Formats: sequence, C-alpha cells, structure tokens
Amino acid sequence: MNQVKKFVSKNAVPILFAIVCLLGVYYAEMPGQFLLMEIVKRMARNSFLVLSLIIPVVAGMGLNFGIVLGALAGQIALILSTHWEWAGIGGLGLTALLATPLAALFGFLAGMVLNKAKGREMITGMVMGFFANGVYQFIFLFLVGTLIPFDNPTLRISTSPGLRNTVNLSRLRGVLDNVWTVQYGFTKIPIVTFMVIALLAVAIWAFFKTKLGQDFRAVGQDRHIAGVAGIQTDRNRILAIVFSTVLAAWGQIIFLQNIGTLNTYNSHEQVGTFAIAALLIGGASVTRATIGQALMGTFLFHLLFVVSPSAGQAIFGSAQVGEYFRVFVAYGIIAISLALHAWRSKSLSKVSMEEDVTA
Amino acid sequence: MKERLIKVYQGFGLPRLIISAFLLVLILVAAGTELSVAGLLSDSLVRIGQNGIYVLAMVPSIQAGVGLNFGLPVGVIAGMVGVLVAMENSLLGFGGFIVALLVAIPLGIIAGYLYSLLLNRVVGQEMMVGTYVGFSVVAGMCIFWLMAPFKNPALIWPVGGQGLRVTLTLSDTFGGTLNKFLPFQIFGLSIPTGLLLFYAFLAFLLWLFLRSKPGVAMEVVGRNPRFAVAAGLNINAYRSLGVVLSTVLAAIGYVVYAQSFGFAQLYNGPLMTAFPAVAAVLIGGASTSQAKVVNAIIGVVLFQTLLTVAMPVTNVLIEGNISEIARVIVSNAMILYALTRVTGGEQA
Repeated sequence: MNQVKKFVSKNAVPILFAIVCLLGVYYAEMPGQFLLMEIVKRMARNSFLVLSLIIPVVAGMGLNFGIVLGALAGQIALILSTHWEWAGIGGLGLTALLATPLAALFGFLAGMVLNKAKGREMITGMVMGFFANGVYQFIFLFLVGTLIPFDNPTLRISTSPGLRNTVNLSRLRGVLDNVWTVQYGFTKIPIVTFMVIALLAVAIWAFFKTKLGQDFRAVGQDRHIAGVAGIQTDRNRILAIVFSTVLAAWGQIIFLQNIGTLNTYNSHEQVGTFAIAALLIGGASVTRATIGQALMGTFLFHLLFVVSPSAGQAIFGSAQVGEYFRVFVAYGIIAISLALHAWRSKSLSKVSMEEDVTA
Repeated sequence: MKERLIKVYQGFGLPRLIISAFLLVLILVAAGTELSVAGLLSDSLVRIGQNGIYVLAMVPSIQAGVGLNFGLPVGVIAGMVGVLVAMENSLLGFGGFIVALLVAIPLGIIAGYLYSLLLNRVVGQEMMVGTYVGFSVVAGMCIFWLMAPFKNPALIWPVGGQGLRVTLTLSDTFGGTLNKFLPFQIFGLSIPTGLLLFYAFLAFLLWLFLRSKPGVAMEVVGRNPRFAVAAGLNINAYRSLGVVLSTVLAAIGYVVYAQSFGFAQLYNGPLMTAFPAVAAVLIGGASTSQAKVVNAIIGVVLFQTLLTVAMPVTNVLIEGNISEIARVIVSNAMILYALTRVTGGEQA
C-alpha cells in the first residue's frame, strides 16, 4: 500500500494526464486503428526532439528553450540539401552531417550567452530562440535573392526576394521511415526511425556513465562544489548546450522528413514549447529528467493532441474548444512546473537566508 | 568640452545613441525619397501614444523588485473584457471609453493581485513564470471567448449565435475617441492631442506615485529586500503593489490601444504583447532591476519611431515588409543584452 502511495505521489503529473487522456479518448470516440496510426506517427516524429532536452536539464541549466536554434540549423541544412538535390537515405545522412557543425556553432554561441545569464538560463534561452528566429527570417526572407545569389526555382519565386513559404522535401520525404516498415492494420510502423530513437536513448544513458557525463551531473547538482572539485563548470555547461543543440537539429530533420514539407518560416516556432511541454507531462521537472519521462510524456502529450478536437466537439459542441484546450495545456503545464520549481527552490533558499540572519 | 560630452554620452548610454543615430539616418533617407517625413512622424506619434502605457507598466514591477513584467497579457486581458463589455452595450464615444476603463481597472486589480500572489512565491524566477502565466492566460481565454455570453450580433459569429469573432472593429463604437479629441496640425504634423495628453497624464501620475511614501517604500523593497525587512516594510505587500499597478496599467493600456488601433484582436492577438514593451523600456535605459518613468518614455519614443519609420523607408529601398522582422531582432537583442549584462547569477 505504501508503495502504491509513493508511486502515485512520485508520478502525479503523468497519472493526472493519463486520466485526462483516457477521458479524452472516451469522449472522442475515435476508431482505435486511427488513434494507433496517429500516435505511432507522432511518436516517431517527436521523440528525438524531446530526448534532446535531457542533457541540459541534468547539467543544471533547466529546460533548454534554445533548442529552436538546433531546429533552425536542421532547417538550414534541409534547405541546402533541397538546393543540391540530395535524395534518399544517403541524402538524409548527408543533411544531418551538414547540420552538425552548424548546430554545434549555434550551441557554442548559445552556451556562451547562457554562461553570462546564470540563474536565468530559461528566459534567456527563450529570448535567444526568438532572436535567432528573427535573424533566420532576415536571411531567408530578405538577403537570399538580393545579397546572396540564389536562383533555384523550386525554392524561390524569382520576382521577389526570399525563399518560398513552403519547401517541398520530396526527395527526402519519409526516406528514414520507409527503410523498413511493418504493417499492422492501417498503421505503418517505421521500425528504423524507432531504432534511431532507441539508439539515442541508449546513447544518452551510456553517456551519463562516462566521466564527462558524471561531470555534467556534478555541475548540475552544485556548480560551486563541482568547481572546487576541479571540474570546468563553464566549459561543461557550453558542451551540454552544444550536445542538446546538435541533437535538436537531427530531431528537426527527422521530424521534417516525416512531414515532407518545410514551412520555411513557421516549422521551428513551436519546437521548444511543445517538446518541453511533452517532457514535463512525462513527469520531468526543471532539475530532473529521464529517458522514460521523455518518451512517456511524448506519448501522453500527443495522445492529448490527437483526441482533444473530437473530445471538445463531443463535450462542448465545438472542436475549436478542444484545439484551444491543448494549447492551453501546453502553456499551462510549463507555467505550473516552472512555478513549482521556483516555489520549492525558494523555500530552500529561505531556510538558508534565515540561518544567515540568526548567525 | 570633452568631459561634458563624455558625461552626456554616459547619461544617455550607447544603445540609445546608436538607435538615435540610426533613426536620424532613416529619416534623412526618407527625406530623400518621395515619402512624407511629416506623415511618418505623425504615424509615430500615434504609435507612441498607442503603446506608451504598456511600457509604463514595466516601471512599477521593476521598481518593486519583480523585474520585467512578462506577464503583461494578464492585464491586457482585463482591458479586453472592459472593451468587450462596452461594445456589447453599443456604447459610443467617451461613454464607451470610460465604461471600458471602469470595467477594466477593477478586473486588472483582481487579476494583478492574484498574479502577484503567485509571483511572491517564485522569487528569482518571476520572468520565466510570468511569461508562461501570460501565455496560459491568453490560451485559456481563447476558450472563454468561444463560450462567453456575449449576445451583440456585431461581436459574435453570424452562424451559431455563440463565440466572439477574431477581429472586432471599434469604428462604429468608440474607436479613435482619444485620438480625435482636439487634434490639430502643425508643420504638416497631425497631433493626436487626446491620446498624448492621456498618456502624459498617466506618466505624470506614475511619476508622482514613485515619489510618494508608498512609492519610495516600494523602491526600497525592490533595491534591498533585507534592508526593507529591517526597516519594518512588508516585502510581499509592496511587491504585490508593484504587480497590481503594472497589471492595471496594462489593462488601461489595452483600452487606449484598442481605441487608437480601431480593432480588437481576440484569441491569440495579445500573446506577444509583453515583448515589445519589455524591449522598449530596456531601450529607454532601464535594467532588470531599475527603471524610471523617463526610461519608459524615451524607450517608447525611440522604439516606436524606429519601427514606424523603418517600414516605409525599407519598402522603398528593398521589397517586402522588414518592419516586423526588425521589431523581432531589435527587441529580442535588447532583452538578451539586458539579461546577460548583470552577472547576478550565483543563485543557481
């Protein structure tokens, strides 16, 4: 009995969301086959991105709202690969290879900025994402075709500067998913994509067993003590962000090869918010995140996403209510867990402050 | 002479100098084209009055030690409800404007107080929590707009009899009430007198408040909480005061914004309202821990003029609307600069 209690209190958030999802599934009355198809598709699409958030959390930098930078690196690589007409699984690999140094550079810059904003990493990361988005738009909406010569009719309309709003990734669409699929009813299960995700999960797990991984953990637990113990904390923090950004770039490439079209100016905007909401719904917090939480959260969040319009239609007579509800949940869960985190750490610091006063 | 120049430079600050210089260049370029400089500056005046109160709203929260109020949408929503109540009853002109304010202000006080109770429990993370509280409130209110009991056919969707429209026009109710109050022309500039007077009046009230006894006490709480405790001040009460003031200013700001803009944009319309306001007060020389009314005024004048002038000028030079992107880049660069400037963070 005690064990049940402990399990529930430890996993309150995912349990709560599981109940909400079950209610949603019940009211939405969707055919099971359709539900399964949507969930498999969305898990394959999003899990990699959500997993990319884990390393900075463990390194004590909170939720990395700056994964938008990684997504941008992935998109830049995709634009170039479309221009050079790379195709097939090899083309996708080359694209990921191309995105890597770009993402590493962005991550390095982001890490430098975040080291100047210790204690405010999350808001800084978020604003950095907005800023990078502005620069990205400036480059691809204005400079391309004016200052940067670029005359590819599949990517540009020659009469005005800037890339097209949508880029068709026809040469790369589904190339990873379709390497090996298993058909189950209507559902095509992209085995290789899931293998890549599993590989990443194992790699993250193994990484935290290495010396560097342990250093990250030490920095995350207490920067001062880690510093005294001879760990270069600032360098480790930059590395954590570089890893996360590179993984996010790959994640965005996997995401977009599944969708098959790149919305040049919007695809990346919600990457941070939705991935973070998914991670938190899985029961992670600002200071603790595991692979299981990431995968569980992705599952629950996207289940909620799939069922909420129909559930809204059934309960309130309006599908729109359901659509707004899922956005509300995404923002709300982030607000609540940030507040809870700050609340807890404040009561800790209050204790130490009182000690100060009495001393 | 040199020292005096250096003193002026230090008082004014490098960011403002750069932006002023850039603005001057833009205006000179505009003068060289067929664009009307007077017309551009008239538009800027409207935009300054329209957005000024949001920027003022940043001052009390910074002074109370809560930092930049990224939760501005909390107040904006209160203002929206005020505007909608006035429109539902088809109130025209000043009557509508005043009723909107009378509804918005108490709602702003209540919402601001509740919001401050949360912020008082998350000391050190107010900006991040505030951002997502603001987002959640906007998203939650989307559901409210769909189900709200408004009946006026001008406001709701023609089919179904329920749910507010995405964009509402104020032109047949109280749009432009302030802007069209005693307007006059000088050197080809049209001055929206009522709008600017109302803005100046609020700025003056805020300035006066910050000099009053509670205003000074609030500043002490913001600057040095431990000293404030020692002096017998209730920290949480003064932080709440700052947040409530900020939220109420945001609510008033929305009513003024809507009547000047002429449209009310519901649903995701107010999602990003905080960011330009935050950027403007920072451009005006405020930091995350210190702000004066004059920072808010300089900031909104520079930022809005820059945006208003930049769009037509760049439209002539290169194709496409660069103003929106300029806004994103300039405002977020400014916020990043402010966040990284203070190395306050030995608080992990």
